[in-house]
Amino acid sequence: MQTNILEYLEQTVPRVPDKTAFADENSALTFAELYQNARAIGTKLLADGISGEPVVVFMEKSPAAINAFYGAVYAGCYYVPLDVEMPAFRIEMILDQLKPRALICDAVTEQALSEYKYEGNVYRFSEITGTPADDAALAKVREKQLDIDPIYIVFTSGSTGVPKGILANHRSVIDYIENLSETLGFNENTVFGNQTPLYFDACLKELLPTLKFGATAWLIPKAYFSFPLKLVEFLNAHKINTVCWVVSALTMISATGTFKFAKPEYLRTIAFGSEVFPVKQFKMWREALPEASFTNLYGPTEATGMSCYYHVNRDFEETEAIPIGRPFRNTGIILLDENGKEAEYGKPGEICIRGTCLTMGYFGQPDKTAEVFTQNPLQTRFPELIYHTGDIAHYNEDGDLVFVSRKDYQIKHMGHRIELGEIEVGCGLCDGVEVAGCVYDKEKNKIVLFYTGKVEKAELAGFLKKRLPRYMQPNVIRQIEAMPHTPNGKLDRKALLAQYNESK
Amino acid sequence: MNETLEKVIEILTDLHEDVDFATAEKLWDSHILDSFDVVTLVAELNNEFDIVIGADKMTPENFNSAQALAALVEELSEI
Repeated sequence: MQTNILEYLEQTVPRVPDKTAFADENSALTFAELYQNARAIGTKLLADGISGEPVVVFMEKSPAAINAFYGAVYAGCYYVPLDVEMPAFRIEMILDQLKPRALICDAVTEQALSEYKYEGNVYRFSEITGTPADDAALAKVREKQLDIDPIYIVFTSGSTGVPKGILANHRSVIDYIENLSETLGFNENTVFGNQTPLYFDACLKELLPTLKFGATAWLIPKAYFSFPLKLVEFLNAHKINTVCWVVSALTMISATGTFKFAKPEYLRTIAFGSEVFPVKQFKMWREALPEASFTNLYGPTEATGMSCYYHVNRDFEETEAIPIGRPFRNTGIILLDENGKEAEYGKPGEICIRGTCLTMGYFGQPDKTAEVFTQNPLQTRFPELIYHTGDIAHYNEDGDLVFVSRKDYQIKHMGHRIELGEIEVGCGLCDGVEVAGCVYDKEKNKIVLFYTGKVEKAELAGFLKKRLPRYMQPNVIRQIEAMPHTPNGKLDRKALLAQYNESK
Repeated sequence: MNETLEKVIEILTDLHEDVDFATAEKLWDSHILDSFDVVTLVAELNNEFDIVIGADKMTPENFNSAQALAALVEELSEI
């Protein structure tokens, strides 16, 4: 039985050592290089006494950054991807939570690092990959490793303004990769075109199946997602046949009439998720690529990647929503009503997930973890955890799950999961802001921020750019005289939204 | 300044309150605008001017200044 994700790599290397595993516009790594580098990194970390702890990978998105992840895992550590594009404030908060003793960087990020209060070891990727592998030391670590040991931490938005670090282990990731691969039919001829950043779990869809099958993954330059013809040209140049993208990346291509000029000729497997796919756009894709399979994926980071899938094999009415479908094999879904009882069939309930796919919860935040990882209320005679997603869904006539709404103020914006509360907290930290209130215009996909106080809009916008990640930046900022409140004193988001809709 | 340019600047300013778009150049090349912005801009401009900015017009050059965008809008409005 497989108990470590590195077995994917180790079984593939002897089979296709010289095949390209990961590539971008500037560089590429074969499976043999990947293996050698990862073991070199693992050896170096172990030699310095780093094991069983977080290792920050602060590198530009590249094949090398991916390689560094597995280097950390070889040392029995878990990797924490940070990105140069993250605002400094967020990086500081993450470093403060983790207090890591080891960080792997590249030439660009080493410069950026001087801005931070970080006192641990700094390793330059290009230097430590020269370390000769210590087989005995690496084997010793592996012998002690269990599949319940963590592999990575990815940080997600937290409503109190503090990002939450979600910790996944070998077992949950292997369960995910096996079932995802089966569902989407990956194999050694798969050529992935990666869109998602490396600092979320979304990229697991490409990274680990590449190792498992000896496939190839291309990291697509971010800029291409603004220029659809260039993007299609890239897909065709590298014969990319499989993409797992956020919906907005796919609709950018269809909505701009790209198919009139060019089509992604090799594309056969298209998975999407994290957002609702507008049916009109979806139709254009189906017409352009009639031979391709389309799969809607759904899942929270807390349950490792994705949890449910729906193969879209019929046309949809424009008013109809594409279902999120059914859980992967070995994943269980329970819909709970407001009283913690199973929702009546066809009635809405909160999606709760059970199974090996559950992650280990939030790093260093036992209270936050206990709020959403609870005993299964339908079965109380032995310990069994379920994860409460906060997503409301119901079953349709075909027995497929259909997403309805969120329970709280979490939103999905351009494929990213965001707590509106985190934006409000960030805004509240700006001098001259009294109160902040945030709403989401679903129709136009806009984050709308209202605030009271004397600070100028431009100054607040500049402040937020340093404070919050790009995808959390408000699209519209409005200064108002007074913040509306509900009778019991809470921020009245409905009133704000109404005010915004009137002024549009 | 003509009306189109004024409106384009207004839309750009909504995206980045802290940039003076009347004078700013190299918006794309110097990373003032990013891929999020381009997608948002296309939707906003299409909507505001009742045009369709097609894939063939989505090039870095067209997104480098308010003037270039206004020229693109005017070109597409004439058709």
